[in-house]
Amino acid sequence: MKKLLCILVTLVLMLPVCASAQEVVNVFNWEDYIDESVLIQFEQETGIHVNYMRFTTNEDMIVQVEANPGAFDVCFPSDYIVERMLSKDMLAEIDYDKVPNAQYILENLRSPDYDPNNVHSLPYMWGTVGILYNTTMVEEPVNSWGILWDSKYKSNVFMLDSFRDSMGVTLKYLGHSMNTRDIIALESCKDKLIEQKKNGIVKAYQVDETKDKMVAGEAALAVMWSGDAQYAIDLNPDLAYSIPSEGSNIWIDAMVIPRNAQNMDNALKFIDFLCRPDIAQKNCEAIWYSSPNSGAIELMGEEYTENPVMNPTDEEVARCEFFHDIDETFMPVYTALWQEVKNAK
Amino acid sequence: MKKFFKRFYLALILVFLYVPIVVLIIQSFNAGKSRAKWEGFSFRWYAELFADASIMNALQVTVSIALLAMVISTILGTLAAIGIYSMKKRPQAMMMTLTNLPNTMPDIVTGISLMLLFIFTKVDRGYVTMLLAHITFDTPYVILSVMPKLKQMNKHCYEAALDLGATPTYALTHVIIPECKQGIITGAMLAFTLSLDDFTISYFTTSPLVQNLSTLIYSKARIGIEPTLNALSALMFVALLILLLIVNRRTADNSRKA
Amino acid sequence: MRVDMSLPWWAWALMGVGLALFAAMVVLSVRRNHGVKRSLFAAPYSLWMILFTIVPVILIAYYAFTDASGAFTLDNFRHFFDSNYSKNQLYASLGPEAAAFITRGTVNVDTLVYSLWMAFLCTGICLLMGYPAALFMADRHMKLGPSLVVLFIIPMWMNFLLRTIAWMSLLEDQGLINQFLRWLGFDGVQLMYNSGAVLLGMVYNYLPFMVFPIYTVLSKQDPKLGEAAQDLGCNEIRTFTRVTLPLSLPGVISGITMVFMPSVTTFFIPRMLGGGNSMMFGDLIESKFLTEGSWNVGSALSLIMMLLILLSLSILRKADPNGEGGGMV
Repeated sequence: MKKLLCILVTLVLMLPVCASAQEVVNVFNWEDYIDESVLIQFEQETGIHVNYMRFTTNEDMIVQVEANPGAFDVCFPSDYIVERMLSKDMLAEIDYDKVPNAQYILENLRSPDYDPNNVHSLPYMWGTVGILYNTTMVEEPVNSWGILWDSKYKSNVFMLDSFRDSMGVTLKYLGHSMNTRDIIALESCKDKLIEQKKNGIVKAYQVDETKDKMVAGEAALAVMWSGDAQYAIDLNPDLAYSIPSEGSNIWIDAMVIPRNAQNMDNALKFIDFLCRPDIAQKNCEAIWYSSPNSGAIELMGEEYTENPVMNPTDEEVARCEFFHDIDETFMPVYTALWQEVKNAK
Repeated sequence: MKKFFKRFYLALILVFLYVPIVVLIIQSFNAGKSRAKWEGFSFRWYAELFADASIMNALQVTVSIALLAMVISTILGTLAAIGIYSMKKRPQAMMMTLTNLPNTMPDIVTGISLMLLFIFTKVDRGYVTMLLAHITFDTPYVILSVMPKLKQMNKHCYEAALDLGATPTYALTHVIIPECKQGIITGAMLAFTLSLDDFTISYFTTSPLVQNLSTLIYSKARIGIEPTLNALSALMFVALLILLLIVNRRTADNSRKA
Repeated sequence: MRVDMSLPWWAWALMGVGLALFAAMVVLSVRRNHGVKRSLFAAPYSLWMILFTIVPVILIAYYAFTDASGAFTLDNFRHFFDSNYSKNQLYASLGPEAAAFITRGTVNVDTLVYSLWMAFLCTGICLLMGYPAALFMADRHMKLGPSLVVLFIIPMWMNFLLRTIAWMSLLEDQGLINQFLRWLGFDGVQLMYNSGAVLLGMVYNYLPFMVFPIYTVLSKQDPKLGEAAQDLGCNEIRTFTRVTLPLSLPGVISGITMVFMPSVTTFFIPRMLGGGNSMMFGDLIESKFLTEGSWNVGSALSLIMMLLILLSLSILRKADPNGEGGGMV
């Protein structure tokens, strides 16, 4: 017994080896949003260890970054969250001398509204929000958000458990901007979502679980991001993706460096690495979102340029809209409305 | 007939408890990724399990925290139990209320309160904070399992040892501690299992960088279940089963000798 | 494994001072009493509990009664009774058109009531299923006892998240149960994404917590008591209702406590099996802290829940004043 205890204690003391002085970079990215072999490649090429962490929604991410200052060196917020982080002065400027591969980023994405001239952020991926549907269960053409309210699909629709997206598509369906601050529009949007739920059309509100469940045929329709949709279509050819005619959300997920990052240089090296065409290609082929990287697009060739999900037409893009941030004074409206939807029975 | 009914009922309950576990183990041998379709027998997920750095890392974090928390809380708790036992009635009652407090607090409140403490004192959350949290919820259980043994102990044993010339320290290590050895071991085991299985408190007291198995499973479960996790739980299940059989065999041997 | 063991300097200093103080006290008491004063042994633990249990609870209270700037306020509790509180304030300032939409939000109260109801159902079902199981296990004629206890413990060693996920693969529309039904020629049924599935998950996870304490108390019961009652003319049912059941009450109470508390606050099970269709109070608190980042309201909700649970426990304790309930140990 005593011997056993001795062995146990020594084992325990040996396990948590303190962090060595090795160079690290702390990366905070979306769940399932990179080709993980890229991380190993980065370590091998630079000797910098990547501490890779994941989040599920933009809102979760920003709460973590605020609660753990200095814990993250590179984050991947969406456009409107970049806007918020900038308004809270949370971001460091990017030193472009150290990011030569930034030259590959497509010209038309180089100066977004949320961060003119990309002073603090660089696009990582972009995409749209649309409807992923199972063609064996849905026979009619899917070209309106209205199909999500059709009682034919009772208990057959997955909604996103993310209030900007779910409320955004509803607002579009009702003919409003996704960024409206009109109280009447927002209240009617809530009523519409509650109606959908009370009629038993919604099967579940979830985020990342949806794509695998759609592949398995658990529901006919789902509100989905383009890349996840493409991932699912790849695994189940019965699935298809559509951007409804009322318009939808188009978004950019960016790479940023928090102002209090502790490994600034390594962060820049990591961002530069992700902008390298062959790396951007790997990531794009792993997660199937649209790439902002001209070099990667060239490498991927027709497989990419011929894909309708990853290359929405100009006309489709024209009816889509970027999110803008909701400031703190108006946020309670959104959270309260969404909670009422979630609470409806 | 009555006996049959009783056995049948117990069997039903056990089936209820074991069905998901059996399903999980079978799925771990499924060649495909799908949960619903059987695509052939394969060890693929076991191979991927050992190649997955994040799972292996989480396993190390889980086991090392469980062991460390077990050792520290057992020492802390045993000392405390002896201390509380020798207190006068009033302070003793007070200490026991304090010890019962964490049991009556929901996990989520414990987790959040500790999170607030670490944020308030600007301690970066991570390995150490998770360990501190685990020790905090383990220790009361150690005390609660050592206490009854102390109460069962014949008080005069200790006094007799002193009368026979033992120093208090000697009496402590040679009379009191051996007497409640069983309680200490139960407490330690309990602490280990509790910390191995904890999700809620770990979730709030660590950063995304340091994940134990539970928090890792939680984040993975949200993207669709990785069959590697099935393989992991099947392995853990078998390991625990073997451990249990060994312990049983040993206790059986011991009782035969005695 | 790379683990950052760093703590701020003052934490190390605090630990050093604490240890030194404890050592000094031990040395002093050894000198005075020619031996260690044993009640001192509880000192490190007391310190630990103050630091990691009492101070954190005080912090929750502090956040619950202050606003973001740290000033005293009761708004967080108003939030509990009116989940639209901030929204309504904004609407009121936006003119009559917006003011027409001012309504009291019942989300928080509804969620609490729903959670309590679910926890109540779960506890009831666990009791109904668990009591006979414990009774039969403790039956000496069956000669089952300890080995069955082990069989009940083993599932608890599996990670509870994984066990819950395993239920998903059984209950899904394309899951095993539905596949089986279709194979038999029936239509599939939707088993998941509703309160029933959540309840099932809760009962599954917490049933052993009900069985153990009752079993512990029952197995300690002197079998002669029952025999005596029967000798005195009681039939089996009367023996049970008059002797066995009353004597097992402490176990029942401890079981109820151990099932009820975690079921009020669970937040993983409803999310996985309920498809996020109905929130439980644990979900609500978690989202206040980790999604909305409104710690003050979240703290107020936590405080309310804590008080509610303490209240119900103290009522239960009245029924078991000696605290004889078997518990897990």
